[in-house]
Amino acid sequence: MDTIRKDLIQSVEKMPAFPQSVHRVIELTSDINSDPRDLVKVIEHDPVLITKILKMVNSPYFGLAEKITSVNHAVVYIGINTVKNLALSTATLGVLPRTNNAGFDMDAFLLHSLSTATIARLFARRLKIQERDAFDFFLSGLLHDFGKVVFAHFLPNDFKQVLQIVKEEGLPLYEAEQRIFMTDHAQIGSLLGEKWNLPTHLITCIKDHHHHDRKESLIIDVVSAADQISKELKIGFGGENRIETIPDAIMDRFGANLQAVIDSLGDINAETEKALVFIQK
Amino acid sequence: MKIRFWGVRGSIPSPGSKTVRYGGNTTCIEVETDDGETIILDAGTGIHPLSQSLLKKLPLSCSIFITHTHWDHIQGLPFFVPIFIPGNQIRIYGAFDPVLQKDIGDVLSRQMEYCYFPVREAELKADIKYNSLHERQPVEIGSARVTNIFMNHPVLTFGYRIDCNGKSMFFTGDNEKLYNIYQPGDDYYTEYENQISRKNALLDDFIRGVDVLIADSAYTEQEYPAKKGWGHGTYNSCVDMAKNIGAKALYLTHHEPLRSDDELDGIQKQLNAIEALPVCIAYEGLEITL
Repeated sequence: MDTIRKDLIQSVEKMPAFPQSVHRVIELTSDINSDPRDLVKVIEHDPVLITKILKMVNSPYFGLAEKITSVNHAVVYIGINTVKNLALSTATLGVLPRTNNAGFDMDAFLLHSLSTATIARLFARRLKIQERDAFDFFLSGLLHDFGKVVFAHFLPNDFKQVLQIVKEEGLPLYEAEQRIFMTDHAQIGSLLGEKWNLPTHLITCIKDHHHHDRKESLIIDVVSAADQISKELKIGFGGENRIETIPDAIMDRFGANLQAVIDSLGDINAETEKALVFIQK
Repeated sequence: MKIRFWGVRGSIPSPGSKTVRYGGNTTCIEVETDDGETIILDAGTGIHPLSQSLLKKLPLSCSIFITHTHWDHIQGLPFFVPIFIPGNQIRIYGAFDPVLQKDIGDVLSRQMEYCYFPVREAELKADIKYNSLHERQPVEIGSARVTNIFMNHPVLTFGYRIDCNGKSMFFTGDNEKLYNIYQPGDDYYTEYENQISRKNALLDDFIRGVDVLIADSAYTEQEYPAKKGWGHGTYNSCVDMAKNIGAKALYLTHHEPLRSDDELDGIQKQLNAIEALPVCIAYEGLEITL
């Protein structure tokens, strides 16, 4: 198991960004008059770009006196030009293929991640969480399932088997992963988070998003609920349709059942649409 | 501590009849510490005349701090005569370039490549050492202490603060006042505004109360809107900064290449009306004793 983990973690360093964002980054960075706001949005809507950029600016190379926690923070601290150049060099390292041998649809996956992120941010706003911290909710939603991409990309045949088990036996995806890999996407995702120097509460959130009952944490509850809502509304596809229980803390504040929680959040589809324009041509 | 200006021009050297009084060389400031150590801030073309004056001090030991590696701040380095003379000790400091993934030595060596310059770096006779600095990493030079902080310019740029026996100065390097990239009403407007305040507070605390503030005042208020985002200050933004941090005196540099002596005189006249602190447009040869 440790070998699989180690191999996966090492390979993921070479993980390229999603095709749509690469296209947009190249487009935006070749126009001297492009709007910096657009670049920020494209970066923060791609799980690979945002983690790599945050990892880079927080690396000893930069030697910054304080920890950078968001793309906007990076722009204020090191300037839009440096962020632009980092995005360009990161984006052009390669392009994540739209298809893989596991038959895992990357576009549908990105849509699931983005909608979870957007819904998590809607929750944060309803909870009157400050914009700066609300970004952590967004980022956790964006990255919660990132481990799945790692499996699909680097162990496609085994992951195909996982998807098959889910379909035929109705097992939760993470349990099928455990059977095949002895680990699951939440664990791999959290290990990546550690490697990428993400803040601890984000790493915990990625690790426990299928086990919100393990500890009391608002961000885990919110991301877990957002994950279920994205599946319920079928915005994208992350490998399974099975809906898990919504955390009690969310039910207590937002409604008696899943539909009531959804209704309390306003127009989720419209919000997701808004998020999507930043990664589409 | 003595501060001498050897180059006050931005972008490109600007010799000619209209720049005789303020000078046409690009950025170079010499700081002589109380115990006679030589610190040089930036290596624009002003470092060439400075090097002539340093030939009296051989063998020379000096420390050059580079704010950033744009041409007008490094162009004079291959013509800094002491680098060719054995026995001289030259320490060069600056930021790591995270985009090129190169340290300050690699970046500066590039301009000594054979297609640009006839002497290869390996042939330089002085003992030259490069040091990439982290933000706020202090360097002790005799009785002086040099510290840095990131400023706002298209490449990573250090502003340097020098403290020596209770006296202090700060040089901004190239710097533009931070502005919000969002419009009021945009999702991120308030968050970005908060980030700016935070960064400004860090900068203000770092510079607060210096005896001498030397700042990039490339543009007039009228010129600025067309140059927003280019990474330079205005006369007003520099005066505001000086007042905010309680500087005792402000010296303005990085003059636009086309700004004539007469125009600079006119601007100086307007600045003389400021009561809060003395404001002086820097010129080549200007010397400040602290």
